[in-house]
Amino acid sequence: MRLIFALTLVAAAFGPAVAQNAEAPAGAAACTGCHPAKAGVDSPVPRLAGRNAADIVAAMQAFRSGGRPATVMDRIAKGFTDDETTAIAEWYAAQRQ
Amino acid sequence: MAAHRNRREFLKAAATGGCAALLPAPLRAQGAAPRVVVVGGGFAGASVARALRRADPRIAVTLVEASSTFTACPFSNGVIAGLRDIGAQQFGYDRIAADGVTLAFSAATAIDAAARTVTLAAGPRLDYDRLVLAPGIDIRWGALPGYDEAAAEIMPHAWKAGEQTLLLRRQLESMDDGGTVVISAPENPFRCPPGPYERASLIAHYLKTRKPRSKLIVLDAKDVFSKQRLFLNAWKDLYPGLLEWVSLSNGGKVTSVEPAAKTFVTDFGRHQAHVGNVIPPQKAGRIADIAGVADRSGWCPIDPVSFESKLVPNIHVIGDAAIAGAIPKSAFAANSQAKVCATALAHLLRGEAPPAPKLINTCYSLVAPDYAISVAGVYHPANGQIADVAGAGGVSALEAPAATRALEASFADAWFHTISSEVFG
Repeated sequence: MRLIFALTLVAAAFGPAVAQNAEAPAGAAACTGCHPAKAGVDSPVPRLAGRNAADIVAAMQAFRSGGRPATVMDRIAKGFTDDETTAIAEWYAAQRQ
Repeated sequence: MAAHRNRREFLKAAATGGCAALLPAPLRAQGAAPRVVVVGGGFAGASVARALRRADPRIAVTLVEASSTFTACPFSNGVIAGLRDIGAQQFGYDRIAADGVTLAFSAATAIDAAARTVTLAAGPRLDYDRLVLAPGIDIRWGALPGYDEAAAEIMPHAWKAGEQTLLLRRQLESMDDGGTVVISAPENPFRCPPGPYERASLIAHYLKTRKPRSKLIVLDAKDVFSKQRLFLNAWKDLYPGLLEWVSLSNGGKVTSVEPAAKTFVTDFGRHQAHVGNVIPPQKAGRIADIAGVADRSGWCPIDPVSFESKLVPNIHVIGDAAIAGAIPKSAFAANSQAKVCATALAHLLRGEAPPAPKLINTCYSLVAPDYAISVAGVYHPANGQIADVAGAGGVSALEAPAATRALEASFADAWFHTISSEVFG
């Protein structure tokens, strides 16, 4: 119940969608070192392009709090503020899948 | 005119800005395509060339690289240990050319920072508005007495992937069971801080499975190294009695080598090896020295936002050659820096200030084929340096089930596939 409430709040916090050709916000470009930028790259690590922004934010918050088990994302998520995470998530959501 | 014709023939793939590039800077028309030359086609250089074309397709990008095939260092320890073929490490530049990057397969031999030109061993001079140097490392020959180019043919460094990697592999393959392998690890800084210890792990794995009466000694010029506790714990579990790490305090610092007898000399004694791997002191690739962007340390101080050299304007340095503060010298970091540098260049070439970046590094090390550990960090500019974001980053959990180590091994594999696809695919 609490998770659903949190997700709703996160979703409500998003403003207008980011243009697909907008410059990547700080930190976003580094993600594709592991999360494939291109479609068709075989990897257990999910692509971020075209994913729902609220889902990315929720995942990052869960990684940061330790609520979601991780190997490395817990350590990385702690390096980004809520605002930075939201900007990155909105940018990826606007990218072609 | 002849020079112009040569140039036109040489820069075959030039699509945009070709004509403007023929004119000296003051004669170029207002609004002409900005020209960026990138020297070095590794993870940093190839990444920045492509990222620049994506950031602003009007930018004319020329990538200067001596070799038409790139051999990647990450995972090359697996080649040494017989776990993979060198072919899995090698990539070409066709996809980079397809992005509109002009390729010049030649060594850069001189840089005139005032005239903003790069001289090539073969081909015409290149003019630039901004230059990116991504030369990786060079061995600091002579810094370790006895270790020169000839010695490296007997005691390979294998710290630049390629022939050296294969030489070390062949030496291990032809060593008898019961032989002694010695690896020497240098002081900081050097390319790939956990690399010597991953190499030791995978060579130990090779010995354990193929030549179990053999011994591996790591002579270290340091007391502290990357992912140390994780490595030491894993070695105790996986390679007891086979792998011995000798720290600085315990006499691990190698003061000279005698290649004829494959001998490592320390203040405390001599270690004769059947296979000797010297990981020597290093510095930024030679062109950094030529350009005047390397300081007395041998590495290149840079602005933490734009990666522009602190010593020479309009030249940016990325990858292993740069002094990037808290960021280690890794392929992941090189790629991360390249994308930041491309964004900064796009802004600077429009006459705008570059935005404050945020960078990530993730480095996996294999301790065995199905056992990996990682270190990660998040970085930002702070007080003129690139600093760790407090509270983020760190290494894998000290205590973890085998399944977690195996999962990290699969992520390591996926990382190499993903990053090489992004950079060269």
